[in-house]
Amino acid sequence: MLYAILCYANEETVFAWSKDEEEAVMARLVTVQEPYARAGKLGPVGRLMPTTTATTVRKGKDEALVIDGPFAETKEALLGFYTIDCDTLEEAVAFCKQLSAVNPGSSSYEIRPFYVFRPGDLAT
Amino acid sequence: MTDLAWIDTTLAAARPRALGALLRYFRNLDTAEEAFQEACLRALRSWPDKGPPRDPVAWLILVGRNSGIDAVRRGARLEALPDEDLISDTGDAESDMADRLDGSHYRDDILRLMFICCHPDLPATQQIALALRIVSGLSVQQIARAFLVGDSAMEQRITRAKARVARAGVAFETPGVAERAERLSRVTTMIYLVFNEGYSQSDPKRDACAFADEAIRLARLLLGIFPSEPEIMGLLALMLLQLSRRAARFDAEGQIVLLEDQDRSRWNREAINEALALIEKAIRHRQPGPYQIQAAIAALHARAIRAEDTDWTQIELLYRTLEHVQPSPVVTLNRAVAVAKRSGPAEALEMVEQLVGALDGYFYFHGLRGNLLMQLGRNHEARTAFGRAIALAQSPAEAAHIRLQLDRLKADAETSLG
Repeated sequence: MLYAILCYANEETVFAWSKDEEEAVMARLVTVQEPYARAGKLGPVGRLMPTTTATTVRKGKDEALVIDGPFAETKEALLGFYTIDCDTLEEAVAFCKQLSAVNPGSSSYEIRPFYVFRPGDLAT
Repeated sequence: MTDLAWIDTTLAAARPRALGALLRYFRNLDTAEEAFQEACLRALRSWPDKGPPRDPVAWLILVGRNSGIDAVRRGARLEALPDEDLISDTGDAESDMADRLDGSHYRDDILRLMFICCHPDLPATQQIALALRIVSGLSVQQIARAFLVGDSAMEQRITRAKARVARAGVAFETPGVAERAERLSRVTTMIYLVFNEGYSQSDPKRDACAFADEAIRLARLLLGIFPSEPEIMGLLALMLLQLSRRAARFDAEGQIVLLEDQDRSRWNREAINEALALIEKAIRHRQPGPYQIQAAIAALHARAIRAEDTDWTQIELLYRTLEHVQPSPVVTLNRAVAVAKRSGPAEALEMVEQLVGALDGYFYFHGLRGNLLMQLGRNHEARTAFGRAIALAQSPAEAAHIRLQLDRLKADAETSLG
């Protein structure tokens, strides 16, 4: 079974870390990841940029709306995710608008740029 | 990380929101600061045993508010009774919950807290000191060390600035659209002042360098509560781009390394990528402003893998736009640099000569003028201009940089004689 693991934290606290604290935490995370990576079990691991870089595409009456900031509703659940390599934010927005148009169940797509922490090596 | 370190970081991160809300309740900065201080002390006592609360900010507001009320009541025996609505405004835990859910309060609370530090009567250094003390919660000692003054001198300066702010009165009603825009504009200026105080330091060990990171934290906070303001995106992007070059800006001896000579592999790519993402968001709004334009210029430098790849034509156009939005001789001087790169020194010198009236007392004016004259082979005039620049240098690093160019002139002269 493939599992997606989504990391939640208090952003203001995490961004108040000093460089030393940050590096210490990252080093400990890598240590935990290592055995799973060696066994070929670990897929891509990413670190999302701050929520201030987020853009949200929300289903509108006719066309989808583009809103600055992260997805903030608490009534809806996270049901899936994509990773995609786009040249511009515009391209990512266009992709989400297409998804939104063909999926009656979709409500919002949050677009967040991220750094590849580890590219991963899943076979499937 | 130990529990205590985590608690410290959490308290620091919670400060602007919690203190901003307490200021709204108590309408008095000293009372609010004391209440927040007391809440932090209680957090240090209770969180290690009971575990951290789910919402640390709400916890601190509730505890701070209760302890603040006690303090006001104790004080009331000696002083005049507080305002009726101050007491009734202290409500119950239920309304705290309501407040917690209402993000729009937080928004104006944080903005107000930042705004009281930008009183126009306060000189820039006092605005910076006040913001670092009140919003960021740095200690007086930390700020004093960064400004290279004694603790008591800084304490006095901050006390005076606070008194000035208190006399001015603080608007507690929810601001209208125009008023909010005005506050935002003043606050972004203040944040950029804090940034520059840190960024302009040539000694990486100087305490003030940390101000640049603090300014970025404040800008992220501000953008978090005003997510659709393209100028805040621009300001944050601009600061991230400038700071991305921190490791490459000075050599081992503390000498300035010019942009074109910097080792670009030492630029912080994470910061650059975050900035580029923010600029893309800002552009979608089609409301260009000075911070966005400056960020776009910095982004063109960041995108050039080698100095010779820099798109000077585009940079010149952006400076032209900036001149239009925010006319200033310094902007024109910067455009002249782009013109020199794009079309050669003669055209640039023509532009520069017209600025002598406005910029005769400005280090960079004479530095650039000397450099352009040198490129044109007018070495005697170049030497005079460099001499003027050295006399106006604000730091040893600036003076040393000009001396280097004078040395080059001297070497040229010797070669041509020999």
